[in-house]
Amino acid sequence: MTQPAVDEATFKALEQTTGAEFVKELVGTFLAEAPGMIASLRAARDAHDIERFRRTAHSLKSNANTFGATLLAARARALELGAADAVHAPDTHAITELQHAFEHAAARLTELTNA
Amino acid sequence: MPDSAARPARLLVVDDNKVNRLLLTRSLDLQGHRAAAVENGRLALEALRRERYDLLLLDIEMPEMDGFAVLEELASDPDLRDLPVIVTSSLEGVENVVRCIELGAEDYLPKPVNPVLLKARLTASLEKKRLRDELKELVRRFATPEVAQELEASGFSLGGKRVEATVMFSDIRGFTPLVESQPPEETIDLLNSYYTLMFDAITSHDGIVNQMIGDGLMAIFGAPVAMADHAGAAVRAAREMIELVEMFNAEREAEGKPTIAIGIGIATGEVVAGYAGTSERATYTCIGDTVNLAARLEAHTKAAQRSILMDAATRAELDAGVAAEPLGPVLFKGKSVEVEVYAVK
Repeated sequence: MTQPAVDEATFKALEQTTGAEFVKELVGTFLAEAPGMIASLRAARDAHDIERFRRTAHSLKSNANTFGATLLAARARALELGAADAVHAPDTHAITELQHAFEHAAARLTELTNA
Repeated sequence: MPDSAARPARLLVVDDNKVNRLLLTRSLDLQGHRAAAVENGRLALEALRRERYDLLLLDIEMPEMDGFAVLEELASDPDLRDLPVIVTSSLEGVENVVRCIELGAEDYLPKPVNPVLLKARLTASLEKKRLRDELKELVRRFATPEVAQELEASGFSLGGKRVEATVMFSDIRGFTPLVESQPPEETIDLLNSYYTLMFDAITSHDGIVNQMIGDGLMAIFGAPVAMADHAGAAVRAAREMIELVEMFNAEREAEGKPTIAIGIGIATGEVVAGYAGTSERATYTCIGDTVNLAARLEAHTKAAQRSILMDAATRAELDAGVAAEPLGPVLFKGKSVEVEVYAVK
């Protein structure tokens, strides 16, 4: 069974506690910020900057969890916890997989906010 | 809908992530609080030193200055160390939570922050802060600012330490007949005006009034905050007290009221200063021969017909330019040897 891009229960709970309109704006902010964060992740990897890499992955994980984007959160967490390995022995697929997880999450979040 | 039941507070959110900042400030707004947000620890400290906040919501992972460094800075700043801090972080590992608590954070909330938990922790932290603020206010009202600061800095513990200080006693001469000759309300008014003037004179010379009994007071110069020229400060304060009483008397005469006269005794030497009483109720005070001598000198002002008397130790500490009249040795009650007494001119 495929893991959903966004856990709807988490997303709905967020809407209930902070308001649907606000969540729509918040999703907009996330979708605007995340590509820059993924680019920063790649730049940190290329510069062998472990701290920046870890911090950026941590930030992405935090945001993904906020919206219930569980797969994206898991990918970001794996990068955060394995930052040293990721920087010194880069697995180019790891960031690409995270990029895909983000794209799926972004599409689903857009659907949910427009629903 | 904003929760109007919560007591509104001014809060600062520190988080490098824009989504987190927006979400936290939204949650706080909905609870009826006013929240500002900044994106790293350095900006947070600047904001906290510029404006008053009731509580800080602090992220840990931040560029420039992280949350751990902010906690360390807050702990070392006397103006900010009591600010409640709730850490909000998705940092993993119990050791990080422990480190935050050890550095002074009041609570730790994992991200994403559950709004119900956030509200409960906020309410508890703000209530604790309110009680702490009330306690501080009480201490400020009933203790001198110096004692309040010392209490804040070193905490309360019974017991004293030996310090070099100058002790002053002062009271209104002929107070009992004065009290009997006028309504009690007038006496209270008189005492309030008198104490206001005496406090002004003493505190403006860095002394502290630590006892008021009826028409008498005891003041200390050089404790709890050490000062170099405690004897000189006490004598200058005493002179100012006499001048203020003269001005006060001019006003009373104009109103057809009886005037007052005060006597002041000053002694310098080692005292034991600290908190005396019980763990439930105590006062900051000084004890020792110096204190007893100051009280005897004050009592002797009537017989000597001088307003300000001091001992030889106080006299020795004064500049040569300060005029003092030697009155010779006096054997005070309870003393085995005579004491050289000087009147301040």
